[in-house]
Amino acid sequence: MLKRIALILFAFAVAQTSFAQTNLILVGGEIKRTPVAVVPFGWEGNMADAPLDVSEVISADLYRSGRFAPQAEEDMLQKPTTGAELDFDDWTILGVDAVIVGKVVQTGDNVYTVQFQLFDPIRQTQIDGYRISASRGTMRHAAHRVADRIYEKLTGIPGVFATKVAFVSARKQGDNNQYSLIVADYDGENEAVIMESDDPIMSPSWSPDSRRLAYVSFEGSKSSIYVQQLRTGSRIKVSGEPGINGAPAFSPDGRKLVVTLGGVDGNLDIYVLDLSTRQKQRLTTHRSIDTEGAWSPDGRSIYFTSDRAGGPQIYRISANGGAPERITFEGSYNARPRLSPDGEKLAVLTLDRGNYRIGILDLDRRNLLVLSTGRQDESPSFAPNSDILIYATRQSGNGVLETVSADGLIRQRLASGQGDVREPVWSPFPRF
Amino acid sequence: MSNFKYVLLMAGILVLAGCSSPTVPDPGMTDDAPGSNGADTDGYGDGGYDDGTVVQDDSMAGELANVIYFDFDSSEVRAEDTDTVAGHASMMSGKMNINVRLEGHADERGSREYNIGLGERRAQAVRRLLLLQGVSAGQISTVSFGEERPAADGSGETAYAQNRRVEIIYTN
Repeated sequence: MLKRIALILFAFAVAQTSFAQTNLILVGGEIKRTPVAVVPFGWEGNMADAPLDVSEVISADLYRSGRFAPQAEEDMLQKPTTGAELDFDDWTILGVDAVIVGKVVQTGDNVYTVQFQLFDPIRQTQIDGYRISASRGTMRHAAHRVADRIYEKLTGIPGVFATKVAFVSARKQGDNNQYSLIVADYDGENEAVIMESDDPIMSPSWSPDSRRLAYVSFEGSKSSIYVQQLRTGSRIKVSGEPGINGAPAFSPDGRKLVVTLGGVDGNLDIYVLDLSTRQKQRLTTHRSIDTEGAWSPDGRSIYFTSDRAGGPQIYRISANGGAPERITFEGSYNARPRLSPDGEKLAVLTLDRGNYRIGILDLDRRNLLVLSTGRQDESPSFAPNSDILIYATRQSGNGVLETVSADGLIRQRLASGQGDVREPVWSPFPRF
Repeated sequence: MSNFKYVLLMAGILVLAGCSSPTVPDPGMTDDAPGSNGADTDGYGDGGYDDGTVVQDDSMAGELANVIYFDFDSSEVRAEDTDTVAGHASMMSGKMNINVRLEGHADERGSREYNIGLGERRAQAVRRLLLLQGVSAGQISTVSFGEERPAADGSGETAYAQNRRVEIIYTN
């Protein structure tokens, strides 16, 4: 058994270094992993090798989830590519709970089919089988979608392996920083710089169709809110009022932004901006700091940070305006609310015995669970399956990103080569 | 040319030369006397001027600080800094061509957008003092960088104390 574990770790140590941009470091917070086998996929096509090692991507996704231990290839007694070739005894011997077999078949010049089957070797039944079309350029995405299906069949939770993360990076250049807004696959691959500036960038927010990012830019030494199309790079300044323009967040229907405006007198308040009419509706008027608006998934309420009670706490207000209702009562500092996509939980930045940490509040039972363990954690964001959060923390003075499962049991650090990283935002589920 | 017009001309030239990056105080400054020794400035300087003609108030000549520091969780201008603010007010009051940008900052603890609010509160506190002392609203703009532009890197009270600040930057 020990030898098998050592082999698995070695296999994945090698696999990690192939992730050019972002490596996974396990920082404790692990649960017992379910052993599974992802058999190397077959290949039928013109070239010697498939365009992508699909089974390696699937294995890495299942491993990164923290819930699975993919078997080392050396231990496999057979390497079938279809269910017809499968001998269940060869797999029950290894003690795996699931076997995945598949192949990549070339059907045209740049057209491929990725097919797989998922088996329970103990019950000797097929759990799932699926076929996805892909080009060379989309094959990695297709492999992630296969991993998503396998994950959901085995755990009941939708996988997020085909999603993306946006974040801000700050790199020292002489006396100043160079700021970049970056989008990458959830595993750190395919990093793309969306926008670069000598001035700070803050608060990225995904549109619900994943096509746009809203963000705050301090170009020209004043804050403005932009909405940028990811595919074309074109952008529009949607708010450039005097004073503060900050904390944009797309509504669930993609038509509005909740924003923070300060005006000439610097009284920060929550506004809803209609993106087509550019009309603004003011929701708060209190002289306190009211900021960091976040929508409920049904679009009816906006949660926000307010220090009207002395220190920052979370409040909720109808998206049409009205009287705010206080939501957090535990602790002296609760800020930066984010709703889980299923609407059941609220992530906050909470002061926990002198440390700024990520907390999660069950909106029904109203109990606050502290999920992270750092001293300067911040900016929590839910994955679209509501099961994982990504957030920013500091390690040896440098900004890094970590993920934690919503129950706090699985925690992982992502080490990026992109300087000081902060403000991660998880994309919605992909549309295709 | 009158002294006043000379001031404006030189200020304009200095603005063109290098007002793109905000002034930051020397991080080697000691903890117990932040802001009391005049920091090197970038938007309003003493290089290239005739000696002694720059400021109207002789006692402040060349020594007027352009950074004000704040206590933790506070946006109150300290008693010892009110003279500094008054000095800037007297330089601007009634001179509609002199404009200033107040840049508010916070230390790195806590949420970024909330810290934008804290920085803005500090900038507004300085703004209100200037308005009370005869400066017009049209001469003042504010911006808050929250924790995004620290003067001192790192964590700990020394860095935090240097980052909780408002910088007074002359824009023309």
